[in-house]
Amino acid sequence: MTEPLYITASCSIAENVVAKDNKILFANKGTAAQPFLVSVYEHFAFNYPRFYKMDNLCKLGWLAAEILLDQSFDKTIYDPGDVGLLIANRSSSLDTDIRYFETVKTMASPALFVYTLPNIVLGEICIRHHFKGENDFFIFDQFEAGFMHQYTAHLFATGALQAGICGWLEIMGNNFNARLWMVEKKTSPNAVLFTEENIHHPPGQPYPTD
Amino acid sequence: MTDLKRQIVEQLNLQHVKPEDIGDDQPLFVEGLGLDSIDALELIVLLQQQYNIKLNNAEDGPKVFQTVRTMADYIKKQQS
Repeated sequence: MTEPLYITASCSIAENVVAKDNKILFANKGTAAQPFLVSVYEHFAFNYPRFYKMDNLCKLGWLAAEILLDQSFDKTIYDPGDVGLLIANRSSSLDTDIRYFETVKTMASPALFVYTLPNIVLGEICIRHHFKGENDFFIFDQFEAGFMHQYTAHLFATGALQAGICGWLEIMGNNFNARLWMVEKKTSPNAVLFTEENIHHPPGQPYPTD
Repeated sequence: MTDLKRQIVEQLNLQHVKPEDIGDDQPLFVEGLGLDSIDALELIVLLQQQYNIKLNNAEDGPKVFQTVRTMADYIKKQQS
């Protein structure tokens, strides 16, 4: 019998609202993606100048991870090589690819070029939190809860991971949707079982398709 | 040098830095402004776009991009 896994924290950033464990922490309606993401950074008083250089996908993922992990995850009990990320989205890095393509018409921007892969966001999160475990970024038309659950559970079952962030990080223009779940073997007072259903229909949250 | 500082902030998207906060002789990399290798490439693009100057010898980079003053001196020298 496989060991149960638990969602020990969750974070969502969608429709210009930031929520952690289904509690709204910040909202800034009516702003475009870029100024909204900067407003989240400023609201939480984060201090990580590298944030400003990131593309919007990395800004979104970095913020979601930061809020997810804050006071919810004790990384000191894990080997960095045992903590990984399994993320998916629909638009890959197209949001930045288009911006980069625009610069190519005159002079290609090296700073944009480095973000023309979707998995760069995983690197940004790993650099910040010193995670060195398995990293996977999948591209799906929509959030595939069954696959994400099964693949994550497999990595835990084979011992590749002891803790991991599973989720969806989508951004295209001003449409964005981040849903992250911290998955661990250990439980906590507010933890729920890591099941396909619990990431398919997170309590109080709409289905993450945008 | 005021214009150059503004151009650096814009080109490198240093939203947390005001142009006037950059010292003329403040190191641009590592312990100074904290720029990295990608920023170095952006500075090369800046020279080309704003001043039509091509940095042909990559080995000149560390000297040219040491500070705002060394950049300004290099631009003046190339323009004269």
